[in-house]
Amino acid sequence: MAEKGPKPDVQSGGSGITEPSLPLIQARKICKRFPGVDALQDVDFDLYPGEVHVLFGENGAGKSTLISIFSGSDKPTSGSTKFQGNVVEFDSVQDARKVGIKAVFQEFSLVPQLTVEENMYLGTEVSRLGKIDKKKIQKEAAAVIKRLAFPLNPAAKVVYLSRAEQQMAEIAKAFAGDEPSVLIFDEPTASLTEKETKRLFSLIEQAKKSGVGIIYITHRMGEIRQIGDRITVLRDGKVVGTKSTGSIDDEQLVEMMTGRIFDQIFPRIQFQVSEKLLEIDNLDLVSKLAHGVSLYVRSGEIVGLAGLVGSGKSEVGRACYGLEKIRSGDIRFEGLDITGRNVSEILSKGLFYLPPDRKEEGLISVRSVRENMSLASLVLPMFSRLGLLRHKTELLHTESLSEQIDLRPRGVEREVEFLSGGNQQKVLIAKALCRGPKLFIFDEPTVGVDVGTRVAIYGFLKTLSEDGAGVLLISSDLSEVLHLTNRVYVMHRGEIRAQLEQGDISEENVLRHYFDRKAA
Amino acid sequence: MNSSRSLVGRVKFLFVRLGVLPFVLLVAIIAFSLMSDNFLSTRNIVNVLRQSTFLTVVAMGQMLALLTGGFDLSVGTILAVTSVVSALAMSGFILSFPDMIWLAISLGILVGLGAGITIGVINGFGIAFLNVSPFMMTLGMASVGFGIALFLTGGVPVYGMPDAYGSIFGYGRWFSVPVPIVITVCLIVVMYFFLVWTRAGRYLYAIGGNIKAARLSGVRTKFHLFFAYVICAGLASIAGLMLTARLETGEANIGAAMPLESIAACVIAGVSLRGGVGRVESVVLGAIFIGLVQNGMNLARIDSYLQTVVIGVLLISAVIADQIRQKWVAELKS
Repeated sequence: MAEKGPKPDVQSGGSGITEPSLPLIQARKICKRFPGVDALQDVDFDLYPGEVHVLFGENGAGKSTLISIFSGSDKPTSGSTKFQGNVVEFDSVQDARKVGIKAVFQEFSLVPQLTVEENMYLGTEVSRLGKIDKKKIQKEAAAVIKRLAFPLNPAAKVVYLSRAEQQMAEIAKAFAGDEPSVLIFDEPTASLTEKETKRLFSLIEQAKKSGVGIIYITHRMGEIRQIGDRITVLRDGKVVGTKSTGSIDDEQLVEMMTGRIFDQIFPRIQFQVSEKLLEIDNLDLVSKLAHGVSLYVRSGEIVGLAGLVGSGKSEVGRACYGLEKIRSGDIRFEGLDITGRNVSEILSKGLFYLPPDRKEEGLISVRSVRENMSLASLVLPMFSRLGLLRHKTELLHTESLSEQIDLRPRGVEREVEFLSGGNQQKVLIAKALCRGPKLFIFDEPTVGVDVGTRVAIYGFLKTLSEDGAGVLLISSDLSEVLHLTNRVYVMHRGEIRAQLEQGDISEENVLRHYFDRKAA
Repeated sequence: MNSSRSLVGRVKFLFVRLGVLPFVLLVAIIAFSLMSDNFLSTRNIVNVLRQSTFLTVVAMGQMLALLTGGFDLSVGTILAVTSVVSALAMSGFILSFPDMIWLAISLGILVGLGAGITIGVINGFGIAFLNVSPFMMTLGMASVGFGIALFLTGGVPVYGMPDAYGSIFGYGRWFSVPVPIVITVCLIVVMYFFLVWTRAGRYLYAIGGNIKAARLSGVRTKFHLFFAYVICAGLASIAGLMLTARLETGEANIGAAMPLESIAACVIAGVSLRGGVGRVESVVLGAIFIGLVQNGMNLARIDSYLQTVVIGVLLISAVIADQIRQKWVAELKS
């Protein structure tokens, strides 16, 4: 603990007096420099056997860079890492796996054309005389998935899996094969349901008991106390502090993370509800993911659409925007039938859908902030006349939007891929603001976004709704739905299970409709 | 904190920003001017520019296909079909009506363009509306077009075009600038205007960058994708007309190297093979660079068979350089 020498090889035995065991990972003065950015500066980090060490910080604080160094997919510019007392330098993910360090990344490392079980044992195939022992792989994969109790078919090809299922497969991969010494999780629960999360936590608990060290990245405050033992907060590539999770409360954490103080995460919204904007009548989708859905959204209100992952809530939102094939039923916007119309027609009526996955469907990451913000609005006379672009207006307008959403850095000519996740999400919102629709459909607007951005996004929702726009908020984040909406629909297995008015919106009331009736 | 600390860091930064082209262009110019005294003479430079016009025009079309995240392997065939069809039309017409030279030329140009663009329409239809991969679609059409060109001519060059066609569009000068260069400069200006100043141009970048996001932004992706291949064919067809004028014959065998050379010109110029990134100015420079290398090798008396080797190596090197650049871009990002 007291050691400060640059090369503490000799003293390493002496440092463990207060701790019962040698740290699994002991990183000292880790620096990672990219052209133009210092991603990590002098980061010290210890991981002991049998502890869950939470890494916490805003997007771009350096969490992902740090774990990619530990897991061998990146190398530090300077600094040393010891594994069980020996200095190590991993050249590849395989190197790190050899000593038992396994990582579950946000960006999936699955091969789409292979099955779940093939992916789980990729690179570590059990072979007999050079021939892959398929039976054994099948058996072991099935056992791992059963232990995790994930609703996942081991023989399914990854390409056909939903995002949540891919996440499960990625987690299952970490538990497959040899016993790990260190497990690294990067926001593993972002697309898991409550039940699957519980199951994952109990497995983490088990792993802890058998002496595995766990590094856990999350943005969810609840999880930190639930499974974390110690927490290290990073900000701008530096360690702000390492604390035991019992000795720190949420406000302190947010303050450490952002350097600012938030009195309230959720704003108070004054709803001034007027005429109906969107009406859905008895909607049935060809995909059968939603049936008999009826709902409406009025201007000046925020309507929540809650439910588990896979309950069909996202598909309802997509159907309104012309992205799902409709079997029967009507969708009307301001009394006008928009069922089965294409995106550009619906957009021109004044409805905008913000997809949940900004990288996949939301933004064009190789193009600039300016082009992304204006893309959906180029048909407006403000941005083009007779098909010719008005560059000056575009620049001025996107610059003012950048100011409005507090984009960092402010410049609009930077490619979106160079922005942090939270700022990318802001650009997506600015893209919608630019078009100025009457109704916004937000589909999981705060997935994978840090608290600072989250507060900003909630602020936008408040402004939008108080300025008279209608908002349909599709979200798996219960607290979001509870605090921001004035009406909530709860979906379950493709049907609307309940509609709750402002006074009735409470955790129990919503959750009661989340699960199968028999279970509840 | 600071963007550059060392010389290496600065070069790396420049490379990520500008791409590989400025570096190789500089190296090529220095190397060839040391090898041959003629290389930097005005005459030779004009010569290089004139020889590069065909590739420049084709590469600008190829760029559109690359921008949308695809590519067009049939550009060579489009050149050949245009050449053969326009030559046949002109020579046939002039045989029946020997006095109507201008009518013959206009008709030949129209028919040739029509034939070339038809291939683009088929490419675009298959790729945008039937979801055939650009690789299979354009490779297939390359075979179809080449077969038709050979069938129409029996493999023999088509002679008998009006002399005025070659003497104006191939060898003519306008204020002492070769006509092919004048035409090419006009096309460059039009393409620049199209990509930078029109909505349709912006949409092509968006489609190549992320077709799903473009669709969710209200862009009619299929229509624009179709359109990209039609314009690409149109440009290749114009290059075919220009080359026919220069050769004064219609040939089925021209343009065989065009798919490779046009893709090489684009990739060296920093057009991303993943789509969404690329600039007309750079592509023009990329095409001129390839012309320059060929010219330099001619001056240095490098065997023409070996020149093909060099072009292939250049293409692969450019792709490797692009990969390295992507990696550094990704590092910059995090």
